[in-house]
Amino acid sequence: MNHDISKGKLSVAQKLLLLLSAIGLVFVLILPLWRIELAAPQYPEGLVLKMYPQKLAGDVDIINGLNHYIGMKTLHTDDFMEFTVLPYIIGFFIACAILVILANKQKYLRWLVIGFILFGIIAMVDFYRWNYAYGHNLNPNAAIQVPGMSYQPPLIGYKKLLNFGAYSVPDKGGWIFIGSGILLLMAMLLPTFSRKKHA
Amino acid sequence: MKKVNQKLAYCALFAGIMLFVISCKPKSSGDVVGKEAASKVYVQPGQYDELYNFVSGGFSGQVSVYGIPSGRLLRVIPVFSVDPEKGWGYSEETKPMLNTSHGEIPWGDQHHLDLSQTNGEIDGRWLFANENNTPRVARIDLKTFRTAEIIEIPNSAGNHSSPFITDNTEYVVAGTRFSVPMDYENGDVPIDSYKKNFKGTLSFISVAPTTGEMSLSFQLLLPGMNFDLSHSGKGPSSGWFFFSTYNSEQAHTLLEVNASKRDKDYILAVNWKKAEEYFKSGKGKKVPVKYAHNVYSDETHSATSNMINETTVIDAKDVPGLVYMIPCPKSPHGCDVDPSGEYIIGSGKLAALIPVFSFAKIQQAIDKKDFDGEYGGIPVIKYESALHGEVKKPGLGPLHTEFDGKGNAYTTFFISSEIVKWRIKDLQILDRQPTFYSPGHLMIPGGDTKKPYGKYLVAYNKITKDRYLPTGPELAQSAQLFDISGDKMKLLADYPSIGEPHYAQAAPASLISKNSLKIFKLDHNKHPFVTLGERESKVVREGNKVHVYATAIRSHFSPDNIEGVRVGDEVYFHITNLEQDWDVPHGFAVKGAKNAELLIMPGETQTLKWIPLKPGIFPIYCTDFCSALHQEMQGYVRVSPAGSNTPLTFSLGKNSSEADSLLTK
Repeated sequence: MNHDISKGKLSVAQKLLLLLSAIGLVFVLILPLWRIELAAPQYPEGLVLKMYPQKLAGDVDIINGLNHYIGMKTLHTDDFMEFTVLPYIIGFFIACAILVILANKQKYLRWLVIGFILFGIIAMVDFYRWNYAYGHNLNPNAAIQVPGMSYQPPLIGYKKLLNFGAYSVPDKGGWIFIGSGILLLMAMLLPTFSRKKHA
Repeated sequence: MKKVNQKLAYCALFAGIMLFVISCKPKSSGDVVGKEAASKVYVQPGQYDELYNFVSGGFSGQVSVYGIPSGRLLRVIPVFSVDPEKGWGYSEETKPMLNTSHGEIPWGDQHHLDLSQTNGEIDGRWLFANENNTPRVARIDLKTFRTAEIIEIPNSAGNHSSPFITDNTEYVVAGTRFSVPMDYENGDVPIDSYKKNFKGTLSFISVAPTTGEMSLSFQLLLPGMNFDLSHSGKGPSSGWFFFSTYNSEQAHTLLEVNASKRDKDYILAVNWKKAEEYFKSGKGKKVPVKYAHNVYSDETHSATSNMINETTVIDAKDVPGLVYMIPCPKSPHGCDVDPSGEYIIGSGKLAALIPVFSFAKIQQAIDKKDFDGEYGGIPVIKYESALHGEVKKPGLGPLHTEFDGKGNAYTTFFISSEIVKWRIKDLQILDRQPTFYSPGHLMIPGGDTKKPYGKYLVAYNKITKDRYLPTGPELAQSAQLFDISGDKMKLLADYPSIGEPHYAQAAPASLISKNSLKIFKLDHNKHPFVTLGERESKVVREGNKVHVYATAIRSHFSPDNIEGVRVGDEVYFHITNLEQDWDVPHGFAVKGAKNAELLIMPGETQTLKWIPLKPGIFPIYCTDFCSALHQEMQGYVRVSPAGSNTPLTFSLGKNSSEADSLLTK
């Protein structure tokens, strides 16, 4: 086995981790990636905005109805090209993981991990950018205008926005996506650890 | 010395009398309520009640919904009376619901309720309600808590023994309190020809098993007298229906004397299965009548009223084995069947006892032809042959009986103002508790079904006098809640009620709350004047009719500026509430409208008709505090004189070109 690694090939354990990661990503395609939960006195049951790889879901219409008071642009799946691209990108990573297994090269695995982490960072930056845009570009004729107030939801975690408490966290798909990334990272680092042990 | 003794003797006598008087002073209600009562009716803020309680509104014409045990009023459902608050009977969509063969009627007298049953148990689907004055039966849909259907009953007057149902909701019955000449005969007859020309009918209205839609199947023709109350058989007596009657004297004047002469009136046992067979075999007489059948659709959000011109009448005396009469003492009122279906309790209003009849004995008497002559061609079963036994000296003025499912019966006594608990089997009295004051009906949840809930009892009192803060000459009537889980009944609470409560129904909340609708789906709105989005809002003139296709969403109407309406136009505001969130209704009102407001639920369309009578500017606004900017939810309609040529325009959020040009000058 170490013989393989020294030749720059993948061990069985690494291949298994890659396969698991790819299977995880298949679930990411159908599950919600992210959720923003909103709670207010009038909504004890809470409202939720769910982001799937290909669409917005949850109480979108109700949230849009409420956001019109502060002049926030209404949310529509069609306004985000991300929802067209994301499924393909995830599909691309699934394909890459399988190709890496088939190609059986440590080098490709490292490229995959770097690419995956980069994608994660870009996705979060993109998410932040949209949050900023929707939270700040408000209709100047909005009914409710609080000087200095913006309504950018938190990138992650909790934030109070007027009467609403907003809680932004990864949803099932998001957690699985993170898990897939960790599996890839583990696969990449496996040879380093096993070499230290044997050294 | 003698004098002193005499004085002492007088003193002792006086003291003795005082002691006697004090010891005999009845307990006040303060003594009646136990300390634990408060905790039994306390439902924490934000918590739900254990049961829904539907209470008839009597002369209010409506049905109220209370939570038990808290006694909190949850809703008043408009049924037979107009309700300007909800636009019921004022909106174009609901007006047909109050249509009758006499035209539109704004008021009704609503006495009894019955929840739909499957296999003799409450199924939580529909609530049936009767109307006394202009005989009608309504069906309330418990998904929406709204009146879904109203059917008028021809050949009837004073629809009192109604709307009691059979144990699988096959039929709702309606019996005439006032016998009258039949609609298909000449009614212009002397009143004192009662015995010859006046008849009673018992109507059987079929209920469609899935939709609940009602249809008048057949009417049984009976001798002229007063049919009072009724209940369906169940278990062994399934397929039979029992009705109480009074005025077998056939009096037509001063009934309080003339209808109280005979020692006994009758309980009617009707074999409705046999009547159904007879009807289905095509027998019975088709007669011309006229009655309205009104149905509300939650898809078109509109009611339609159809006039029907024929019904089938079956003369009871022509069909042997259909109807039997059982003598029952002194003008019986309540006619109640116990959960086993074996015992039928008649409550003679003026009797000093309660007779309990046995269904098995009635069947034996019929088999053995144990008859005591006949009445109007209908065999009369011998009283003793049908009798299970009598409850002796139960109280004064027995009216109604309900059951706890543990073999006990509970009867209200109007005159002695109390509820008496007694055991059906051996007719022993077990407990009596005062009510404040003079109860009519009482209700145990499921108390007229096979499976009573048996934990609570509510008495509905006619007189409240000193029970609440005085409110002038007109006082509320009341409901009194008892805990009947123990051997003795315990008073827990009393609270005022809407109108005059007669019969009531109650069911565990879970049976009903799970089906409760939150919004009407906009996608399913098939109203002919629906506006599915602000872009489609418009104003259209058709001759002197102006149709406003408007929307309401927090916090504006679209359009909110309308010009070009003329004096004398018929303006129809068709407002669609675009909201799709729970508990966001919008209201709509226009200054000077001679009808009422609209209250429009999410996804619903309702129409207000308005005929402006003078030129000017007429504000419109939302009447339900819908949002933070509710006070901004308003608009204007400009009314020009008749024949003026102001162009018809409408807008939202912008000025008209005419106004813009004025502003730029």
